[in-house]
Amino acid sequence: MIGRYLALRRAGVLGLNGRNARYIAVHNPRRFYPLVDDKIRCKELLRQHGIPVPALLDAIRTQFEAGRLGKRLERLEQFAIKPACGSQGDGIIVIGSRRNGLWLSPSGSSYYSLDDLEFHVSGILNGLYSLGGQPDAALLEGLVLTDPRLRTLAPEGVPDIRIIVYRGVPVMAMVRLPTRRSGGKANLHSGGIGAGIAMATGRTLRAVMDDRVIDSHPDSGLPIRDFEVPEWNALLELAAACQSAVKLGYLGVDIVLDATHGPLVLELNARPGLSIQIANQTGLEHRLKAVDGLSIDLERLSPRDRAALAMELAEGGWRPARARLAKTVPLPVAPRPALASPPPEEQPLPQRHAS
Amino acid sequence: MRRSRGFVVIALSLIAAGLALIAWKVNVYGYPLTPNSMSETWTVQARLRVRPGDGPVGVTLTLPSATPGFGRLQEDFVSRGFGLDVQENSFLRKATWTIRRVSGTQTLYYRAQIYRDRNQQEFAPVPAYPDVPELEEPFATALQSITDEVRSRSANIASFAAAVLARINSASPSAEIRLFLNAPEFGGDKVGIARTLLAGARIPTERINGFLLTEDEPNATPVTWLAVHNEQQWLFFDPQSGRQYLPENLLVWWRGGDSPVEVSGAELQRLEWSVRRNEIGSLALAEQRAERHQFPFVNFSLLSLPVQTQSVYSVLLLVPVGAFVMVLLRNVVGVRTFGTFMPVLIALAFEETGIGAGLLLFAIVVALGLVFRFCLERLRLTLVPRLTAVVTIVVILMIGLSMLSARLGWEVGLSVGLFPMVILAMVIERMSIIWEERGPQDAVLEGAGSALVATLAYLVMGLEQIRYMTIVYPEFLLIVLGLTILMGRYSGYRVTELFRFRDLARPAEST
Repeated sequence: MIGRYLALRRAGVLGLNGRNARYIAVHNPRRFYPLVDDKIRCKELLRQHGIPVPALLDAIRTQFEAGRLGKRLERLEQFAIKPACGSQGDGIIVIGSRRNGLWLSPSGSSYYSLDDLEFHVSGILNGLYSLGGQPDAALLEGLVLTDPRLRTLAPEGVPDIRIIVYRGVPVMAMVRLPTRRSGGKANLHSGGIGAGIAMATGRTLRAVMDDRVIDSHPDSGLPIRDFEVPEWNALLELAAACQSAVKLGYLGVDIVLDATHGPLVLELNARPGLSIQIANQTGLEHRLKAVDGLSIDLERLSPRDRAALAMELAEGGWRPARARLAKTVPLPVAPRPALASPPPEEQPLPQRHAS
Repeated sequence: MRRSRGFVVIALSLIAAGLALIAWKVNVYGYPLTPNSMSETWTVQARLRVRPGDGPVGVTLTLPSATPGFGRLQEDFVSRGFGLDVQENSFLRKATWTIRRVSGTQTLYYRAQIYRDRNQQEFAPVPAYPDVPELEEPFATALQSITDEVRSRSANIASFAAAVLARINSASPSAEIRLFLNAPEFGGDKVGIARTLLAGARIPTERINGFLLTEDEPNATPVTWLAVHNEQQWLFFDPQSGRQYLPENLLVWWRGGDSPVEVSGAELQRLEWSVRRNEIGSLALAEQRAERHQFPFVNFSLLSLPVQTQSVYSVLLLVPVGAFVMVLLRNVVGVRTFGTFMPVLIALAFEETGIGAGLLLFAIVVALGLVFRFCLERLRLTLVPRLTAVVTIVVILMIGLSMLSARLGWEVGLSVGLFPMVILAMVIERMSIIWEERGPQDAVLEGAGSALVATLAYLVMGLEQIRYMTIVYPEFLLIVLGLTILMGRYSGYRVTELFRFRDLARPAEST
C-alpha cells in the first residue's frame, strides 16, 4: 500500500484531496463558481468574450413555463434539455427529431411524449439534478451535430474533448466517446470511453473504458488510437481563452466539434474529474508543476500564446528546465534543439508513431 | 505556490488545549481517565458518651484539619438537642457542643468522609524554636550530655532526630536515656521524651495523633507519630523504630499531647473511634470534591446538569466523534456515501436498535421504500410532493414493521421507529435517482458504503471509553476539532485512489 502510495506520488498522480487542497482551494475563488456552475450564465459570459457556444434556444425558470412547454417546443426540432446547474451529465435529454407528436432521441432508441418532457423539466426546476437540491432552471440548447471527421471515433452520440486548463495553460486533454452502453453520454463513469490526447500533436493515445485500456471502439470495432483530432491548435486556444473569461485557475473545458459551427465550448467545470489521468495513463501534477515553474507572467500572454506554450511544454516533456526557454524561443516552436538532456520520460511519442 | 501553515498551529493548539484541560482535571481534581474506576474512601467516626452534671454542658472535640495525603468530603455532627459551633482557623478546627441543661447519658457523634488526595500536603504552621527545657538535676545534665553526644555524631536535623529516637528505642539504652525512660514525669512516653531531648537542641517538634486507615476497624486506637521541623519542612518519624517516614494511610487527626476532647460540666464516659472503608466510583468522588470545594470551571461540568439533559448531551457529544469517523472514511479511505451526515444519523439510530437489527431494519425499509419509489415514478409527481410521499411511505412502512414484529414477538423490530425517517426518505430518493442515472451497481455500492460508514461510526461511538471521555471531558471535543482541521487539509491519496489509479503507479514505459 505504502509502496503504491509513493509510486503514485512519483508518477505525479493527482488525488481528489490533493486537487481540492492544492489546486481548487488555491486557484478557484469560490465567488467565481456560479459563473461556471450555472450553464445559462456561463454561456452568456463566454459569448461576451467571443467564445463560440452551442445556441441557447430557451430557458425555463418557473413551473408555470414548464406547464406550457408544448408552445415553446413547437418551433424546435432538434435540441437538448439540460439542468442549468446539473453535474456529471445527469438530467440531460437529447432530442434529434419529432414524429407523430413524440420526440425522439437522435439514435431513435428512446422517445418522449410532451408529458414526459414537462415532467422532466419540472424535476429539473425542483432541483432534482442540481448540487444540494437547490431550485434550478432548465435550458434548451441547440443540438450539436458532430463534425463528420469525428465519426470514425464515435459512430453515435456526441464526443467531446475535455481539456484541463491550469492558470490559462492547457495541460491535459482527452476525448470522451459515448458508447451504446453509456446511453449517448460521454461521461466516463456512465460507460463512456476516454482517450488521452498528446498535447503536442493532438493525436489520441490509448483509450480507457471502465478503467481498462482498450484499443478499438466496442460498438464499431474501429481503432481509437493515434487519431488526429482536427483543428487541435484552435481547440487549445479556445480552452485557453475560456480561462480568460471565467478567471478560474484550475478549469475543465468541454469542447464539441460541430459540423457547421466548428469548435463550440459545451460547458466549463470548476472541479474537473481526475479520470483524465487514467485516459492519458499519466499523472497530472508534474504538468501543473511545470506551469508553476514557468518564470513568465502568464496573465499577460494571449490565449494563442498560452496554447503555443502548452504545446511547447509538452514537446519538452513538461520539464520546468526546458520550459524556461519558452520565453526566448520564437513562436511557432522551432524544431527541438539536440540538447544533451535525456529524452523525456512520459511522452514517448516517437516510438508510438513508429509502432 | 505558498500555502499558509496557520491551520496546523490552530489545530495543534486546539489539541493541546484539550489535552491540557483533561490533564488538569485528572491531576488536580482527581477525575478518573477510565470509566468504572473505583476509589477508596473511609468513614471515620468519633463517638463520645458523656454523663452530664447539673449545670450547662460543653463538649469540645478537635476535628481533623490539615491532613497530609487525605481530603475530607462530608462531615456529619450527630447530637440530640445540643447546640453546635465549629471554630476554624488555618490549622486547627474544633467543634463545640453545648447545652444548658440535660439529664441522662448523652452520645455525640462526629463522622467524616475521607478520601486520598495527593495534592493535600499541608500539615502545620512553621513553628518557633522551642526553649531549652528547664529541668531539674540530674535530668538537665543528662539532657546536655545526650544532645552533645548525638550532635557530635549527626550531620543535620533529620539525622539528629533519627539518632535520638534510636537511642530511646535501643535494646540497651544508655544510663542517661534510662533516666528519662524511668522518670515518672514522662511515664515512659517515648514521643514525649524525644520531644524533650530535641527541644534540648532547640529543634521544633510536634506530636501527631491519628489513625491508620486500612480495613474496617470498629474500635480504632490512635497512633502517635513524631514530626520534626528542619527549618524547611516537616519530617515525620516513627517513634517506635526511629525510621523517617509517614505511613501512606495515616490520617492525622490532632496534634499535641492533650486529649482531643475537653468536657466541662459533665463526665466523659467513653471515647470510641471507628474506621470504615468504602469504595465509590472515582467519578462520583471527583464530582463530590468539585461540589464541596467549589472548583472553578468544573462546576460547569455536564454532570451537574439534570439527568435527562445529560442523556441528551451524551448523544449530542457523540455526533462529532461519529462525524470524524466519517471524515476519515470519506477523505482518507474514500468510501462513497449518500449525503454528508446521513451515516452518522443512521449510526445514532443503531445506538437504540442495536447493530444487527439496525442494519436489517435499515435494509428492509430502504429496499421496500425503493420499490414504492419506483411505483411513484410512474405517477409523475413533482419533486417536493414526491419526497413527501416517500416520507409518508417510510412512516407507513415503519408502522407496518413495528406491528408485524409485535405480532411475531420480535421486540427489536419495534425499535424501527427510532430511525430518522426524513433521512431514510432522502436515502431512498437519492438511491433511486442514482439507480436510474448510473445504474443499480452504483446505487447499491453507495448504499453499502453508507451502511459501512454508519456501522463503523456506531462501533466507535459505542466504545465505552469514547462515551466516557465525551461526557466527563467535554474538552475532548477540542481534540476532535483539532484533528478534523488537520484532516481538512489532508491532501494525500485516498485508499480507494490507490486502486483507481493503480495503472499509473507503474513505470512510465508501460504506456
